[in-house]
Amino acid sequence: MKRAGFTSRWLPIFLLVPQLSIILLFFYWPAAYAMKSSFFLQDPFGFGQTFVGLENYTSLFTSSEYLKVANFTVFFTVVVTFFSLSLALLLAVKADKVLRGAKTYRTLLMWVYAVAPPVAGFMGLILFNQRWGPLMEFFGLFGWEFEMGADYSDTAFAMIVISIWKQVPVNFIFFLSGLQAIPKAVREAALIDNRSASGRFWDVTFPLLAPTGFFLLIINITYALFDTFGVIDTVVRGEPSNNPMTLVYKVYVDGFRGNDLGGSSAQSVILMVLVLALTVFQFRMVERRIHYT
Amino acid sequence: MAKVTLDNVRKVYPNGVEAVTPASFDIKDGEFTVLVGPSGCGKSTLLRMIAGLEEITDGALTIGDRVVNDLDPADRDIAMVFQNYALYPHMTVRKNIAYGLKNRKTPKEVIEKKVAEAAKMLNLEEYLDRKPSQLSGGQRQRVAMGRAIVRDPSLFLFDEPLSNLDAKLRNQMRIEIKALQRRLGVTSIYVTHDQVEAMTMADRIIVLNGGKIEQIGTPSEIYHNPASTFVASFMGAPPMNLVAAELTDETLFFAGLQLPMKTDYRGPVTLGLRPEDLHIDPYGPLAMEVELIEELGAHRLLHGQIEDQRLTVHLSKETEVTTGPLRLSCHPTSLCLFHPQTGERMDCNPKVQSLSARKPQEQHS
Repeated sequence: MKRAGFTSRWLPIFLLVPQLSIILLFFYWPAAYAMKSSFFLQDPFGFGQTFVGLENYTSLFTSSEYLKVANFTVFFTVVVTFFSLSLALLLAVKADKVLRGAKTYRTLLMWVYAVAPPVAGFMGLILFNQRWGPLMEFFGLFGWEFEMGADYSDTAFAMIVISIWKQVPVNFIFFLSGLQAIPKAVREAALIDNRSASGRFWDVTFPLLAPTGFFLLIINITYALFDTFGVIDTVVRGEPSNNPMTLVYKVYVDGFRGNDLGGSSAQSVILMVLVLALTVFQFRMVERRIHYT
Repeated sequence: MAKVTLDNVRKVYPNGVEAVTPASFDIKDGEFTVLVGPSGCGKSTLLRMIAGLEEITDGALTIGDRVVNDLDPADRDIAMVFQNYALYPHMTVRKNIAYGLKNRKTPKEVIEKKVAEAAKMLNLEEYLDRKPSQLSGGQRQRVAMGRAIVRDPSLFLFDEPLSNLDAKLRNQMRIEIKALQRRLGVTSIYVTHDQVEAMTMADRIIVLNGGKIEQIGTPSEIYHNPASTFVASFMGAPPMNLVAAELTDETLFFAGLQLPMKTDYRGPVTLGLRPEDLHIDPYGPLAMEVELIEELGAHRLLHGQIEDQRLTVHLSKETEVTTGPLRLSCHPTSLCLFHPQTGERMDCNPKVQSLSARKPQEQHS
C-alpha cells in the first residue's frame, strides 16, 4: 500500500501545533503544576511556600475525614453507576418492545440529557425543597422528615437520585441502539429455542449487549467520579459542614474554600492516578473484548 | 413427526394489508413441502405464522393433533432454519446446537450425545468449539441445521436457507438438506423464491402469488399442468412460452398452427408452450424467425419471434441451428390453454394426437 506523505518535514508539525498547544496549556502544564505544588505547603495569604515533601500525601492518608470522603465516593460511584445503568437498561428493553410511539418515548427520555448538571441540581433542589418540595411532601406521607443539606444520609440520597436521573437518558440511548443492533432473526431463533422471556434476555440479549454495557460502565464510572461535580455543588452549595461529598468536590472545597492548595494538589494528583488506572483498565478490556460479526 | 393442517389461515396487518388470503392445505407426515413465489407473495409470512413468530389473524393451524394458534414458538415443537442463519454470535458451535435442548431440561449426557451425532452427520466435529464468526457461510448454515436436528422436532421450517450462499455451495447444500430430510423423515416446510430449489427438493410445491395460493401439486404436476399463466411463467427456466391464440369452430389457431379441439369456447385464448416441447420439423406448421442462440453446453436456447410474438425454444446440443427462419412443430398433448383475462387454465382436448405424424401438409409461408 502506498502511503501518502508530506513533502515538507515542518508541515505535519505545524498542523499539530494547535492541538498540542491546547493539550500542553490546559492539561500538561496544570497537571505538572499540581504535581509540583503537592509537595509544598502554601501560605494561605499567598506569601510564599515551603517544601514539605510527601507530607501532603501522608496527612491525607492518615486523615479520617479524607478516608470518609473516599469511602463515600466509592459508595456514590457504585450506586450511581449501578442504578443509572440498570434503570436505563430496563427502560431500553421496554422501549425496544414498543414499535409505535417509540420515537416520542425516546425523545422524551432524551430531554433530560440536554439539561446541564447545575440546572439538574437546581431542579433537584426544588423537588427536594425543605418547605415546598413535592418530593418532601411525598416522603412526609411515610413519616420521613427529609432534611437535605442538614442530614448526612438525606443529602446523600438527594445527590444520588439527581445524579442517576441526569445520567439515565445517555445510557438509555446507547442501550436502545445496542438492542436494535441485535439481528431480529437471532432473537426469533431464541424465541423458538427458549420459552422463558427472562431466560432469553440473560442468555442471548444481555451477552450481545455486553460491548455496549462495558463501554457505558466506564463512561458511568467517570461520570459518577467527576462529572457529578455540578450536581453536588448545587446540592451542597459550597457548604461542606456535615454534608457528604466526593473526592473531586473535596479538591475544590479544600483548595478554594480552605485555601489549602498543597493538600488539594495532592488530592488531584491522586485522582489523576485513578483516571490513569481506569483508562489502562479500559484499554486492556477493550482489546480483550470479543469481536462480534 | 406430524402432519400439518392449515384451515383458512389468514394474515391481515394492522395497516389493513392482507398478506395472506385464507389458505387451506394439508401437509402429510414426512412430506417435504416447498412454498414458492416471488418476493412479497406472502410465503415468508405464512411460514412465520406456522412458526409462531407472526400472529395468525384468522383460521386454525394444526401441527400433529394440536391446534397451535395460541402457543408460543417454543411450545410448537418446531425448529427453524433462517436465511441469515441466526446463530448466537457469542456462543460456540456446540452451545449454539445445544441451546434449545438445554432449555428443555434435557439431561446433560443426552445433549452431549445428540450434539455429537448431529456434528458427525453435518461434518462439524472439528468446529464444535469455534464461534460462528470463525466459520464459512456453508458451515454456518450447517450449524443452523444442526440446531434444528438435535431437537427432534415434529416440523422443520426453512426460510430461504440457501439464498445467502454462492451458486456452487447452494447446489451442494440443496442436496444435503434434501438427503438429510429423507433420512430423518421429518415433515418440512421450505420457503424459497428459487423455482429450481422448489422443483428439485419438493415432494409437493405450493405456488403463491399476491398472498394467494395459485396451485398445489407435485413438481411434475406444477411443471406440466400449471394452473395459471402465473405458475406457467414462474416455474421453469426458461419459462413456458405464453402467446395469444384464437379458438373458433372447435379449432385452435396460432400462426400457421390449426388444431382441432373438443371445446365449446370461442374467442381469444392464451396458448402455453414449454420451450422443450417445440422441436425442429421442416414441415412443421410454425415459422419462427430465430434472432439469438444461447449456447449452454448441454443444450441450446433459441430466442425469436413467430408472427411478432416472442418465443424460446429449447434444443439438444446435437441439433445444429443458425439464426434466420426455422420451422417448428409440437405435440398437441403438450399444449396448455389459459383464459386470456383471468389467466386460469382451460381444458385442452386436442382431437388429434400428433401434428407431424401426417405427411407434409400444404403450408403457405
